Formats: sequence, structure tokens, C-alpha cells
Amino acid sequence: MSTALLTDLVIFVLSLWVGFEVISKVPATLHTPLMSAANSIHGIVLVGAMLIAATTNSWVGYLIAFLAAVFASANVVGGYAVTGRMLKMFRKRPSAPAVPASAAAQDGHRP
Amino acid sequence: MSGFSFGTQLIYVLAASCFVLGLHLMNNPATARRGNQFSTAGMVIAVATTIALIVHAGVISTTGWLVMLVGALIGGSLGLFAARKVQMTAMPQLVSMFNAVGGGAAALVAIHDYITVAVIGVAESTTITTLLDVIIGSVTFSGSIIAAGKLQGLITSAPVTFPGARVVNLLLAAAAVAGGGYMISTPSLPALWVVIAASLVFGVAMVMPIGGADMPVVISLLNALTGTAVAMAGFVIGNWALIIAGALVGASGGILTKLMADAMNRSIGNIIVGGFGTGDTVAAALPGAGAGVRAIAADDAAIQLAYASKVIIVPGYGLAAAQAQHEVAELADELESHGVDVSYAIHPVAGRMPGHMNVLLAEANVPYPLLKEMDDVNPEFARTDVALVIGANDVTNPAARRAGTAISGMPILDVDQAKSIIVIKRSMGHGYAGIDNELYTNPKTSMYFADAKTALTELTSAVKTLVG
Repeated sequence: MSTALLTDLVIFVLSLWVGFEVISKVPATLHTPLMSAANSIHGIVLVGAMLIAATTNSWVGYLIAFLAAVFASANVVGGYAVTGRMLKMFRKRPSAPAVPASAAAQDGHRP
Repeated sequence: MSGFSFGTQLIYVLAASCFVLGLHLMNNPATARRGNQFSTAGMVIAVATTIALIVHAGVISTTGWLVMLVGALIGGSLGLFAARKVQMTAMPQLVSMFNAVGGGAAALVAIHDYITVAVIGVAESTTITTLLDVIIGSVTFSGSIIAAGKLQGLITSAPVTFPGARVVNLLLAAAAVAGGGYMISTPSLPALWVVIAASLVFGVAMVMPIGGADMPVVISLLNALTGTAVAMAGFVIGNWALIIAGALVGASGGILTKLMADAMNRSIGNIIVGGFGTGDTVAAALPGAGAGVRAIAADDAAIQLAYASKVIIVPGYGLAAAQAQHEVAELADELESHGVDVSYAIHPVAGRMPGHMNVLLAEANVPYPLLKEMDDVNPEFARTDVALVIGANDVTNPAARRAGTAISGMPILDVDQAKSIIVIKRSMGHGYAGIDNELYTNPKTSMYFADAKTALTELTSAVKTLVG
């Protein structure tokens, strides 16, 4: 087993524990945004897609890089956008509508 | 390690720290938005670093840049469009699709790596993780697409099984493992195709037998698998940011999977093997056909609600299916303006994904402190005048407290402890577990047979005329 693989394994295992520790405190109210946030974080695979595009020089490689780039960037952009949209809706008390009336009507918010 | 690549690895760790901090801030609805911003910042840092890395290496071709940019533009706009347009009731489908593309991209990273190394010989340290990445990524990809199809109603949400399904699953798994073993011992592209095909079919075969109400578990599990696949992709290309981020997502999905399975008192294995044998859209008996069931009209229900001092609303998937979250909030507002204490009892598996009800109600402007978790709210039912059950079934069935029923041992909301109970439901149809709900024959219970949206609108106007 190479040192690099061992280092990677250590990082992986410790990150798992950090994840368990941090996430087990998230309240049930936020479980959907949490999952959506986790979703956007795994969009980091975009880095992998970019590195393929940077190193390949065959048409198969370009095809794979293209598909991976489409998938991963849909994941990243969509994930963060929808998480933000959801979290904006969580309020402690009904406050003065933060959204303009037209947008509110479009989103189906109650006046 | 050169100074430059040392520096980039450090920046990747910084990006990963932003992810950890972002998830940490999700502990509280008040800080969650800031958490998402931290996490976004981490992602921007990681992508910028990668661009710097690519420019510094200087081997990328013009085609490479084009492929990357066009791919990112197309994917990014698709993602943004979906995120803007999606209705909150359809969140489970969208999350499932993000799992699919994430897992698919992770699998592609490993596939490309293998295709490249297979030509020049195999680097031993990466092949096991390459193999795992291909298998997990492909299973997640096809499995998540099937899950999204089921949630969207494109594929029946009832469990789909056929005789010998388990044998087929075992054969597929065996094919993937055998092909994988061969892949490692001898660089072979045909073996790679076998592994990919077997994994894709296995993903389909894994999710098809799972019924609608088990979806919260399945989505969580697929989320965990996507994270793991991304971490494996990190092993393959030797990138710490991917390893850390993937592990975080794996942990998050794992925790949610366990929470959801516990909330149904079922093991993950039991859920994967197949549902209770029925769908959740069982053909309904005639309204009011059950023995000892008391039906109620809007006016009578409104009287009970308007003159109560404490009301707990128990929403279930029926509320999401009818898209009646705004109507329920309106009724609650109306009651509150007349001094009724209204709160919501949320069962962990209500809806089709973890926290589904909370997001719907947040969309309808319901303040989150009013949404109570099962353990906190259960003692309150005894002091409650009216429990209003909307489209929830199995999670309120007192039969769960007895041994020997299909849902025995499942933690339930103690709705039957309330002084009176009103159930809004389209018919006497069974829930997912396919058993009678004893709550409905309780003498304290009145059944209001209607679609959730219609019923709530009628109730609100009845309350208005009554006390307005």
C-alpha cells in the first residue's frame, strides 16, 4: 500500500467522523435543506470533470469530460440555488414580506 | 511535491473546511443561510484553484477548454432552471436527480481514469477505488433516476417485483464483482463495460421494488452512495477536496438513512428487499364504508376547531400530494387570530423525503418554531382539544403499539390521546402498510372525506363565517 493511498484513507475516515459529528446535530426541520446542501457539496466532483478535460486528448476522453462537466455543474449550480431558495423560506416569526409583491404572487405566497 | 501543487492542496483543504463549517451552521435555521453561503464560497474556491492548476500545468488543449466551458454552461443553466422552477412538493424528485448526476459524474471520472491507465498498465493503488467508484457511481446514477421517476409518477410508486428478482440481483452483483476482479488483474475494457452495465441494471433492480412511503429512506441512502462515489473519485484522481466532501456527504446521507429507517422501525435491508407488498395508492373503499366510522361536515368540524383552545395539525403525504400547504397555513392563521393555539406535529418520515413537510410549511410562511418533532409533541396531545390529521395515515395508527401488526413497533404520533380528532382524508383507503387505521374507528374521531385542498378551503371559510 502506497503512502499516498494511506494518507487518502486517513483523510477519508476522519472526514466521515467529522461528518457524523457535525450532522447528527441538525434538527429535523432542516433535513431537506441539509440533504440539498449535501447534494451541492458532492458537486465538487466538478473538479474531477475539469481535470479530465485538462488532461485528455482523445475524443472518448472529451466526450466523458463533457458529460461529466454537464452532470457536475448541474449538480453544483442547481444544488446551491435550490438550497438557498429553501432556506430563505424558513422564518422564526411571520415577518413583513421580504419578497416584492409580484414575486410573492408568482411564488404563491400568501399576502 | 512542488511548491505550487503543495499550495493548491492546501487551498483545497481550505475549501473543504468551508464545507464542514457550512454543514455545521445548518444546526440552526437562523444560521443555515450563512452555512449555505460558506459552502458556496468553498465551492468557488475549489473551482478557481482547479482553473489555476490547469493553467499552471499548461497541457490543456483548446478543445479541452471548450468542452469544459460548454459543458459547464449547459449543465449550470439546466441546474439553475430546475432549481428556480421546482415546486416545493417536487423537491424529492429534484434531490434525487442531483444524486443521479453527481453519482454519474463520479463514475465518469473513474471510467476515464481506467480507460487511460488500461492503455499504459494498471497502477495498483488506484484500481480498487476506481472499481468502487464505477460500481457505486453507476448504481447511484440509475437508481436515482428510477427513484425520481417514481416520485414524479412516471413510474408506478408501488413496489415492482417479479419472481426470482432476488436471484437476478445476486447474479448482477456477482457479475459486477467478477468483472471488477478481472478488471484489476488484467487491464481490460470489455470487463469495464460489463461492470458498468451490471451496476446500472443493479441500480434499477434495487429501487424498483421499493414503494412510495419508503422513499425517505431510499433518497437518503442514494445520497450517501453519491457521497461515497465522489470520495472514491477523489482517491482516483488524488484530490483531497473530493475525498473530504464525499465523506461528509456520505456521513450525512448515512445518518439520515438511519434516522428514517428507525422512524419506521424497519431495517434498511428490509426496505431494500421490498415494501409491505402493497402500493400506497390502494384502491379505496367507499367513503364511510368502515364500521363505526363517523363522518363530519365542514360546519361541524369548523365549530370544533374554532372553539378549541389548543389544536395540533398532523400533516402527511396527502397534504403534499394535494399541494395544500398554503390552505393549511391559512386555516391556522384564521384560528390563531381567534386565539386558538395552533402547532404542527411532524413525523420524521411524513412525506417523501426527510424534512419534506417542514419545507412545504415553510413555503407557506409557517414559522418553524411551530413545527414540533415527534418526541417533543407527543406529550402535548393529551392537552390538545382537536388533533387535525391531514393526509397522514400509518404514522397515526395506534396499532403500532401492539405486537403482531405490519407496523408494530413503529414510533407514531399519539394523536389518539387528543380530546377529539378530525381526519381529513379522501376515502377509507389504506396507507402504505395496507392495514386498517384504528384511529378512524376511535369514538373520538370524526372523518372529513374530501381532498385536502378542498377540505381546508371549506374549513377556513366555515370558521370565518362562524366567528368572523
